[in-house]
Amino acid sequence: MERRQNGLKKKDLYVSKIKRAAHLLFFRRHRKPGVKGWELRKRLGADYPKVLGILDSFLEKLDLQVKTVFEGEAPKEKPSLEEYDRARFYITLRGGLTPKETKMMGWRIDDIAGLAITISSIISKKGKAPRDEIEKLLRDKLPGWRVEINLDRYIRSGYIAEDENRQLYLDWRTRAEIDESALIKLLLGAES
Amino acid sequence: MATTGQRKRLGREELQRIIDLCRAVEERGLDPFLINVEDLIAVIREYFPEWKLPEDLVLDAETIQHLASVIKMQSEWVKHRSTSLYTDPFLLEEKIRRLSREQLGTIFLKSWRPIVEMEQISPHSLMQAIRYWNELIPMDERWQKTQFIEIETGTATRNELVEQKVLADKMFSEELDTLWKELIQKTGEKEKIEYWDFIGASTFEETVRRAYLTSFLVTYGYATMEIDRLEEIIFLKPYKKPVSFDKKQVTSVPVPISFDDWMKWKEGRMD
Repeated sequence: MERRQNGLKKKDLYVSKIKRAAHLLFFRRHRKPGVKGWELRKRLGADYPKVLGILDSFLEKLDLQVKTVFEGEAPKEKPSLEEYDRARFYITLRGGLTPKETKMMGWRIDDIAGLAITISSIISKKGKAPRDEIEKLLRDKLPGWRVEINLDRYIRSGYIAEDENRQLYLDWRTRAEIDESALIKLLLGAES
Repeated sequence: MATTGQRKRLGREELQRIIDLCRAVEERGLDPFLINVEDLIAVIREYFPEWKLPEDLVLDAETIQHLASVIKMQSEWVKHRSTSLYTDPFLLEEKIRRLSREQLGTIFLKSWRPIVEMEQISPHSLMQAIRYWNELIPMDERWQKTQFIEIETGTATRNELVEQKVLADKMFSEELDTLWKELIQKTGEKEKIEYWDFIGASTFEETVRRAYLTSFLVTYGYATMEIDRLEEIIFLKPYKKPVSFDKKQVTSVPVPISFDDWMKWKEGRMD
């Protein structure tokens, strides 16, 4: 009887932690979306990776997921609590979007194609490419006046960053939202 | 046959050429494998026995340093090529050129997992916003507040400045001196006086002012404090001459002066 009661208390505790985790992850609280691991530890306790795991399995039914973006390269083995603390957590879609859905999000097919070209070119050049080179590549398929507007939009949204030497890099949103190796494989495997 | 001088000059030129070549690869992001490291090391080794002067040795070290950074770039290049993310840029560019915009977009959507986030206002924040709005002064009133009032310049007397509290009617040191003499006088034959009996005045403001000045009397060595911890009474003991605290251990004693304490003292009910 006592064991059953303890079990119920534990379940209630986890239900409340999952709710809190969902609130923290869904509602933007900083300039950038997502929550740092150390913030989650502060609010949910040291077992927050476990709480996020349960939340992730709940979200699966809604085609959503808890995405973990580690600082630097993702650890090859089970991440330590320190690595989790330094990581950033987001809620992202689990499956893909259809072109119709992207229109509702305010993205035209041109914008998405441009983003695909920009990101894949930067990846193929070891994560850094001159802006002029990318602009030249985009001008092949997009009207000239759109190229600059689109690149600036990708920078503003956090997909790419530009330094003072007009070099473009991948930024935080690409790391959070795009499966880079899948994109490259799909591009190379596509039949033209 | 080249003389030693000629050989040294030739060697310096060779080292400078190597440095320029390495710099070009580092700064312009060229393929680091354009440099044949082995050949260049052979050149550096060939001229090394010639170097006796410090500036030549520095040039030699600089060359080695630039070559080392090219080797590092080569190792990074190999590391990148061995990862699953490596793609030949030309091959990828060719693919991108051949695919239509629609095909590119569809491919991208298969690897894109956009972040989901919400914005929602809560009843609590709505209430806070309404309260803020109600308290917000209308723009025309706010602008009025920042208007300037033109006042003609004139002269002010010392008394006027004292009245406006810009100047004190006495110098601070004069005030301290007067208070010190008062403390000596009030203590009289006795060695000490109770703190509240000395600082207490007819108004609370004056009491606070006296307490403030008394703290300087103690700090500057005109008087000392004695605390009866059992009875919780503070006494003031004036010195006949100011004492220097240079070699003594000095402690800081905060004494709270509240309106209630002052009222109790005034009513003669001070514990």
